Amino acid sequence: MSDQQTAISRRNFLKAGALLSGGLLISFTVPHAGRLMVQDAATAFAPNAFLRISADNSITVILSHVEMGQGVWTTLPMILAEELDADWNNIKVMHSGVDKDYNHTVYGIQITGGSSTTWSEFDRYRKAGATARVMLTQAAAKRSGVAVESCTTKNGHVIAGNKKFSYGELATEAATLPVPQNIALRPPSQWKLIGKGARRLDTSAKTNGQAKFGMDMQFPGMLTAVVAHAPVFGGKVKSFDASRAKAVPGVRQVIEIPTGVAVIADHFWAASQGRKALQITWDNGAGINLSTKTQVDAYQKLAHTDGLKAAQKGDVDQGLAKAAKLLKAEYVFPYLAHAPMEPLNCTVKISNDKCEIWTGTQLPGIDQAAAARILGMKPTQVTMNVVFLGGGFGRRATMTSDFVSEAVHIARTSGKFVKMVWTREDDIKGGYYRPVFVHRINAGLDASGMPVAWRHNIVGQSIMAGTPFAPKNGIDPSSVEGVADSPYFETVPNYFVGLHSTKEAVPVLWYRSVGNTHTAYVMETMLDELAHAAWQDPVAYRRKLLQKSPRHLAALDLAAKKAGWGRELPKGRYKGIALHEAFGSYVAQVAEISIDNGKLRVHKVTCAIDCGLAVNPDGVKAQMESGIIFGITMALYGELTIEKGQLQQSNFYDYRIARMNEAPEIDVYIVESNEKMGGAGECAVPPTAPAIANAIFAATGKRIYNLPIMNTPLKHIS
Amino acid sequence: MITLKVNDKSYQVDASPDMPLLWVLRDLLGLTGTKYGCGVAQCGACTVHLNGEAVRSCVTKVSRAQGQNVVTIEGLSLNNDHPLQKAWAEFDVPQCGYCQSGQLMSAAVLLRENASPTDQDIDDAMSGNICRCGTYQRMRQAIHKAAQMQKEGGKS
Amino acid sequence: MSSKKIFIITVLALATIGFTVMSFREQPAAYSKITTLPKDSTGSVRAFMSVYRVLKSARCMNCHPSGDVPLQGDDSHLHTMGVKRGPDGKGLYAMKCSNCHQAENSPGLHAPPGNPKWGLPPANMRMVFQGRTPRQLALQLLDPKQNGGRTKQQLIEHMTSDTLVSWGWHPGLGRKLPPLSHPAFSAQVKLWIAKGAYAPAK
Repeated sequence: MSDQQTAISRRNFLKAGALLSGGLLISFTVPHAGRLMVQDAATAFAPNAFLRISADNSITVILSHVEMGQGVWTTLPMILAEELDADWNNIKVMHSGVDKDYNHTVYGIQITGGSSTTWSEFDRYRKAGATARVMLTQAAAKRSGVAVESCTTKNGHVIAGNKKFSYGELATEAATLPVPQNIALRPPSQWKLIGKGARRLDTSAKTNGQAKFGMDMQFPGMLTAVVAHAPVFGGKVKSFDASRAKAVPGVRQVIEIPTGVAVIADHFWAASQGRKALQITWDNGAGINLSTKTQVDAYQKLAHTDGLKAAQKGDVDQGLAKAAKLLKAEYVFPYLAHAPMEPLNCTVKISNDKCEIWTGTQLPGIDQAAAARILGMKPTQVTMNVVFLGGGFGRRATMTSDFVSEAVHIARTSGKFVKMVWTREDDIKGGYYRPVFVHRINAGLDASGMPVAWRHNIVGQSIMAGTPFAPKNGIDPSSVEGVADSPYFETVPNYFVGLHSTKEAVPVLWYRSVGNTHTAYVMETMLDELAHAAWQDPVAYRRKLLQKSPRHLAALDLAAKKAGWGRELPKGRYKGIALHEAFGSYVAQVAEISIDNGKLRVHKVTCAIDCGLAVNPDGVKAQMESGIIFGITMALYGELTIEKGQLQQSNFYDYRIARMNEAPEIDVYIVESNEKMGGAGECAVPPTAPAIANAIFAATGKRIYNLPIMNTPLKHIS
Repeated sequence: MITLKVNDKSYQVDASPDMPLLWVLRDLLGLTGTKYGCGVAQCGACTVHLNGEAVRSCVTKVSRAQGQNVVTIEGLSLNNDHPLQKAWAEFDVPQCGYCQSGQLMSAAVLLRENASPTDQDIDDAMSGNICRCGTYQRMRQAIHKAAQMQKEGGKS
Repeated sequence: MSSKKIFIITVLALATIGFTVMSFREQPAAYSKITTLPKDSTGSVRAFMSVYRVLKSARCMNCHPSGDVPLQGDDSHLHTMGVKRGPDGKGLYAMKCSNCHQAENSPGLHAPPGNPKWGLPPANMRMVFQGRTPRQLALQLLDPKQNGGRTKQQLIEHMTSDTLVSWGWHPGLGRKLPPLSHPAFSAQVKLWIAKGAYAPAK
């Protein structure tokens, strides 16, 4: 050990001691802009909230957004490392805690959602990396006596003349320098990672069982809780008898909480056995009146009337009256559960004046505040430890903090350190679904087959209602996105889009691609129907309508070209196309299918995306593949039904998910684009179902107006 | 007391004989790499090897594993270097990663029994494991690649 | 087509009457030799049609599919995981039957049913029930080349006493039972053979 190293170690040791005795024990300190930061025990240099460089040369990137499969564990470090010139093999990653410094740069709360991580953090993470690089370079200049301008950085080192310092060596010194302002970021021509990509940084932990999800939290003294929830939406506990449950070996406590009865035991198995032994009388409430059939009937009636205006141009009545040809269609979409592979769970430890929470959440700040409210604490007294999310898809982002609140209630009422675990059945039956929607369209075509009038009414529950995002004008954008702003209306002289927002006992939520899950299906199958009514090729027809939408066109053309649109197909194979913009990205897909003995098979999906700059192209491709499989599940099988307030499905046997033997070959192409960056996490979902349905029309001559497709018997026409 | 051999280590566990192996592994032995996804053998997240077979530990009573040889994801290889683990890394297979322990344990049985699996063989082996992130195509590519590595002597 | 339908309906009606008359109770005990009765093609066929109804019920047919994928549920849909028979009928690779199907039924609705012998007939002796007409199925059951080399007596033993066959009457929560009780089924099997093991005309 050299003298210098000894000195650094000793200094760090002293710091650590000071921190320990002073009680300041946080993993890093979030600085306020431009002010000198403080280092923690293990850290020599934390120039900002997003980066920490240790004397041992390890570089830790701190994520303001959470990893739930979409790849931000890799993309955000890539963006930062691009400016830092870090050694990619030496990067560690962690989720941040809750702090306003981690608030979304646009949405203003700490949230992972809306396919927004990469574009919303693109500048901030580059600046974070650049700031550190400049400070490290200054430290090297100081130490070596070489002018700053002559120092260069490469692969985690500063090269100053004939000397080479690792970032770790310079870290402590760099921390004493003032934080530079207004650093110029590198031009794209110098990028080594951005636009080129890097391998995921979380793969290793996810292939050997080491990755920790909320479900994997285990601590000495921790118990496991399972909750019996009301079988009817909105139901409450009237009374319960826990004597048999308490007799189950391992069960420690049975308590009532606002959302049901919690059984707390030594481990999950005992808790779930205890739950089975509970005898509960429920007060069902008004939810008992809800059944899918009556709900859809009512929605269909409403869809015949004009709703609140979401978009309008011209005079739709007159337009329809003058049209040469009229088409009408009505679509029905069911409730859907996100069903992430990791069922919901949350671990809570409450001590005198603080609370610690471990969970996978997309909304750590909202959850922290909810926990604090329940406990009568200040949010700062609640520590959120966000671990890997075993899938999110929107389900781990509830403004009501449903699962975190439930766990906090259990911990508070029982006085126990407890991990609450939902079973798969709890997850499927637990609400927060993609809402039921009904759409009704009356479209008028002129003599050449182009649309001249379009009346479109949408009926469904508002996701934003009751949240701080609730719209003042009564139009929930997430109910009409993809219709009200449809690029096809650009050339339609008369249209009206109306919205009826309904209220039900079932809580609803954003589900991967949100409103686009149904609006893209409606628009893209309807467009296909119009094209056929006009005796025109579906691609050519769309092209005519999209002349003012170059990004749509680019995606459409690329997908059509790569899929060989218009080329003859092998016998028994049929194609369908669909195109949709969601979250700022434009995605077109061509699905190739066959129908054999009534069994639909999706053989291939060709996908083109314009997301602007693709920071991690292979990551974008992975998200397209992911979204397409998600879309296939939704198209083929996605359906929840309710009878007398009770959800009828319960697990993967009656809520099917596409499997390996149903997974098509997927080809993804990225449009070369310098346009504004969009998201990648959700935009592949919307076009899949309509592309498949349009291929089914090609095969059978049958239009499918109700999803999922499994409910329609398919017969191939030869 | 039930005697278990997991990843070449012996354990004595105090569990009811009908407690599923999954919860013994996770909650009593702390081996959390094996995941709970459905509890009814629908999703395969809980797949472990019992005497080399890819059993679904969520429906397998611990009594069935008594004295038998259990291998979990933690024991698939010593250094994360099973050909499948290497191929998984090469193709960036995992997304959320929650199902991947089970996927790997299933794929390992396939590769052991079929050194050159076709796409159909992969379907036949892997359709019992659900991936909600839809990583199927990359798993397929990675299994082909791992088979190739195994043939070239990459077997750990 | 329609004449065939009428025939089947008639046979089924006769079988029901036959079953009502023959409702004696008998344990499916091991036989040392086949009881023989005077040859009676009508009575034998009638008994077989009762047997046939049981074999075509979901509990029996689901593991005697026409393809290599077993069926599931009371509606006999293809096993959703696409499980394959494999050479020995015990599944393939990571999807061997006993990976999910335990020695006994797993508790709960839709949890895997179980039996130590869970599986399909082997690939070289597929013993298909699905899609087979009564005549086809009767001939197939009787043919030692197709029934695993069983004599008529061994066939009776298999159909009346085999533990996996018997599972059909203990299928676990939420699964429909075959249309006849196990003893009634066994009685009809024996009657079918005893009266000459005739195959229906169609």
